[in-house]
Amino acid sequence: MIENEVSVEANVSEANVKQSGRNDKDQYKVEQEPFYQQQKNEVALYEAAYRNRLPVMVKGPTGCGKSRFVEYMAWKLNKPLITVACNEDMTASDLVGRYLLEANGTRWLDGPLTTAARIGAICYLDEIVEARQDTTVVIHPLTDHRRTLPLDKKGELLHAHPDFQLVISYNPGYQTLMKDLKQSTKQRFTAFDFDYPDAALEAQIVAKETGMDAAVAAKLVKIGGVARSLKGHGLDEGISTRLLVYAATLIKDGVAPTDACRMALVRPITDDADIRETLDHAIDATFV
Amino acid sequence: MTETAYQHPLMAAYWKQLDTRFPQIEAVFEDVMAEALAVLTAAGRDAYLEAARAVGKLGRGVEPMLAFMEEWPSTAKVVGETALPAVMALIQRMQKSPNGRAITPFLQTLAPVAKRLQSQEQLQHYLDVTLDFMERTTGSIHGHHTTFPSPGLPEFFAQAPNLLSQLTLAGLKNWVEYGIRNYGTHPERQKDYFSLQSADSRAVLQRERHGTLLVDVERKLDLYLRGLWQDSDYLVPYSTAFDEIRKPVPYYDKLGIRLPDVYDDTGEISGLDRYRATLAHIVGHRRWSEAQVADNWSPFQRMAVEFFEDCRIETLLIREYPGLRRLFLALHPRPVEDACDPQTTSCLRHRLAMLSRALLDPDHGYVDADLNDFVARFHAVMDKDESSTGEIAALALSYVAKTRRQSDQFARVHFDDTVVDYRDDNRQLWKFIEAGDEEEAFDEERKFEPGEEIHGLPPRHYPEWDYASQTYRPDWVSVYEALHPSGQASDIDRLLAKHSALAKQLKKMLDLLKPQDKVRIRYQEEGSELDLDVAIRSLIDFKGGATPDPRINMSHRTNGRDIAVMLLLDLSESLNEKAAGSDQTILELSQEAVSLLAWAIEKLGDPFAIAGFHSNTRHDVRYLHVKGYGEHWNDDVKARLAAMEAGYSTRMGAAMRHAAHYLGARKADKKLMLILTDGMPSDVDAHDERLLIEDARQAVKELDRDNIFTYCISLDPKADEYVGDIFGRQYTVVDHVERLPEKLPELFVALTK
Repeated sequence: MIENEVSVEANVSEANVKQSGRNDKDQYKVEQEPFYQQQKNEVALYEAAYRNRLPVMVKGPTGCGKSRFVEYMAWKLNKPLITVACNEDMTASDLVGRYLLEANGTRWLDGPLTTAARIGAICYLDEIVEARQDTTVVIHPLTDHRRTLPLDKKGELLHAHPDFQLVISYNPGYQTLMKDLKQSTKQRFTAFDFDYPDAALEAQIVAKETGMDAAVAAKLVKIGGVARSLKGHGLDEGISTRLLVYAATLIKDGVAPTDACRMALVRPITDDADIRETLDHAIDATFV
Repeated sequence: MTETAYQHPLMAAYWKQLDTRFPQIEAVFEDVMAEALAVLTAAGRDAYLEAARAVGKLGRGVEPMLAFMEEWPSTAKVVGETALPAVMALIQRMQKSPNGRAITPFLQTLAPVAKRLQSQEQLQHYLDVTLDFMERTTGSIHGHHTTFPSPGLPEFFAQAPNLLSQLTLAGLKNWVEYGIRNYGTHPERQKDYFSLQSADSRAVLQRERHGTLLVDVERKLDLYLRGLWQDSDYLVPYSTAFDEIRKPVPYYDKLGIRLPDVYDDTGEISGLDRYRATLAHIVGHRRWSEAQVADNWSPFQRMAVEFFEDCRIETLLIREYPGLRRLFLALHPRPVEDACDPQTTSCLRHRLAMLSRALLDPDHGYVDADLNDFVARFHAVMDKDESSTGEIAALALSYVAKTRRQSDQFARVHFDDTVVDYRDDNRQLWKFIEAGDEEEAFDEERKFEPGEEIHGLPPRHYPEWDYASQTYRPDWVSVYEALHPSGQASDIDRLLAKHSALAKQLKKMLDLLKPQDKVRIRYQEEGSELDLDVAIRSLIDFKGGATPDPRINMSHRTNGRDIAVMLLLDLSESLNEKAAGSDQTILELSQEAVSLLAWAIEKLGDPFAIAGFHSNTRHDVRYLHVKGYGEHWNDDVKARLAAMEAGYSTRMGAAMRHAAHYLGARKADKKLMLILTDGMPSDVDAHDERLLIEDARQAVKELDRDNIFTYCISLDPKADEYVGDIFGRQYTVVDHVERLPEKLPELFVALTK
């Protein structure tokens, strides 16, 4: 069995079976324009990178809009996007592909990375540091001038489709000694450094994403700022833009702001009683 | 004298009933009677007079009677007149014991005590505590008639109102209990304790206080500053317990923010929120206030500027976090508009406090025209932007000029409801161009005599467990830490060479212990990789028509080893003894054993520290670092180990707590503290031998709570009698001390397998 985290792969396989080897590109297309608020000039820079098929690395804390950015770019460039959420148990074969048993023998099944290289999609490996280091090295031949993927178990050398591009994301925040990218991996990518947008922009994002009025959005962002300045003092990570959007969604649904904030902003991020109390106080002091 | 003619016939009757000749009583009689008649019933009045008569006839002079007559009416008003028999009973007991002299202080503080206690039931508890105290501290010699009065009792009565303002009755009881237990046999120290002179007494008082202690919420406040205000500073407590007359006010300076050590809850505002209000106010000053030149302004003008500026920064704070308004208003006094009479009293403070309230509270309800005018002007200024200290000072000055009255100069100042206690003293708001303008020049530069240079680190204080009362003695033990002196590293190498055969054997065991990085887990239904052998077997089953085994995957697990170790060596005098059946001292054998163990752990790669300890009374527990976690098993460490010497006693609990403070800071899954000792915990100043055993046991419990596994290796053949009490089942007694060098590493290996 395959882990549920790589469910994309399962879809690929079924598509493969039904259409006897023909890859269905369209299912990976991003149909609707995702909302993305440009912070600087990252859209233009990404387009330049894509024109030259340079691999891209997106760094930044959790929930700051990395995945949204990649999704938006895929939409803008009108290319299919295959996303793989990496995890510790993922092996090289989860990316590349494997043999499956069938009633009358075994059958090769392309992994998401192989599929992307075949059909010319943007392959997005989310939270790449979560994967083990021996797993991440399989992407190396795809990221330099060779642009090939050797499928050694199958005995095939796959040449990547001209549209193929590799994007990885990682969160330097909880990088420990154990979880860091090898230099040899890092130095194959061009990189974007993301961070939470400044307060005004973030309030605008929360407002636009949820249709919340600007004043409440600004208050939510303020509470987010409180938690972010506690990072390193008992919090590993501040409150993300994503959580702020959750809170705004709850408020929009009629939940009292103080309850919504406790539920969406505070309880998820910490079990530390002192921090919880401080954040609760910040909520009470902000929403009157 | 006794035939004084009272105007009123009833007064004369009462006087007769009292049956006394003291002229001092006569002088105050009419006044106290008037008060008594106002609060007492007829029966209560008779009982009062009767009791006063009895107190007067005790033969202890006028003092007790005077105290009783003055104190009882107000006491009865609070707790009810039915409490009288209980009070009289206690007086009788005191009279019959040698403590008769304590009757006067008892009666003198009765009214304030009753005021604190508020009910007859509580008062009864207080009397019980007192009686118990009296009986336990009244000494007798040889059990005969020569008995001594309790030394602490009069002091206790003198302190009682003050104590009860800070403690609950239960707290008082604990405080008294502590004093009796520790100083029961020492009259002078007992006096010091009960008059709140000794450090101990204050420390215990501090522990028993009610309210929110700064130390308990320090982290929360730190997070508050950091999180909500992006500010941080040292929070330094000052004591509020012992300054009766002039209560200190919060302030901040270069060295940190000074806050009271404890805040009681007021109304619905918790102590923690009071701290937050104070911190927010101080942050406001740090952000927005600018120091003003004070020389040209009068004290009144300065006071007005302070009030206005405080309100300005609070308005800005509320702008940032609107919820602060509720907090500030709950803590801000609400002066009543005509509480102050300008004909007789200086009302400036009152006017400013009202204004301050009105500036923050939209629903202030004051009608004064000037006040409302200035509130409007203040808001007009603030609505534009955040204004500045200078601009707001100008507004304050014009307010003073506008509302000025002749009576502001009066000496009698209206203070009620004008103190805003969460605000700081505004010392940072002023700068003086000319020094010494004031009558008293406090800020003269003083020369400091170069003091003695401090050697080593300052001591750390640890509590000690008192099993008799099941409480900690706060900050009881002082631990001094230092690096162990060095000797010859080659000595240790020689010892290791001597045990080379043993080392070889050990090495084999260690190889088995070393982490094998990847372990394969086979037969997994869900795994990371296909296990081909099993898969093919399953396939064959499948093709053969049998049910195939679905567990055809495998996965990997890293087999890590994450243990931090602390080896704590008892370096007490008894180590110098020769081990039974050997010509080496226990110290030498320990050195060998520790060397081997250190070598072994270094091979394994576990983080590892060694420290030794001994003690010479609770004031001098020495903790000597032999090897730190950052150091390798090198010549420096060996040299320190070689210089190991034995002396003094074994105060184990304090050393364990100190070692735990290092071990606890390690990031490791498992934390192991090994304690190598040759005898029971003891010290020259601990007469009760259970005391330090129980303390060590308590330390083990504390460590256990912090996820530190303690294990004792005892070299005392008689250790079975006590070591189990301390360590539960986590100990080994090594009977043949000469085999320690091989036993110790083996034990470690077994423990960490």
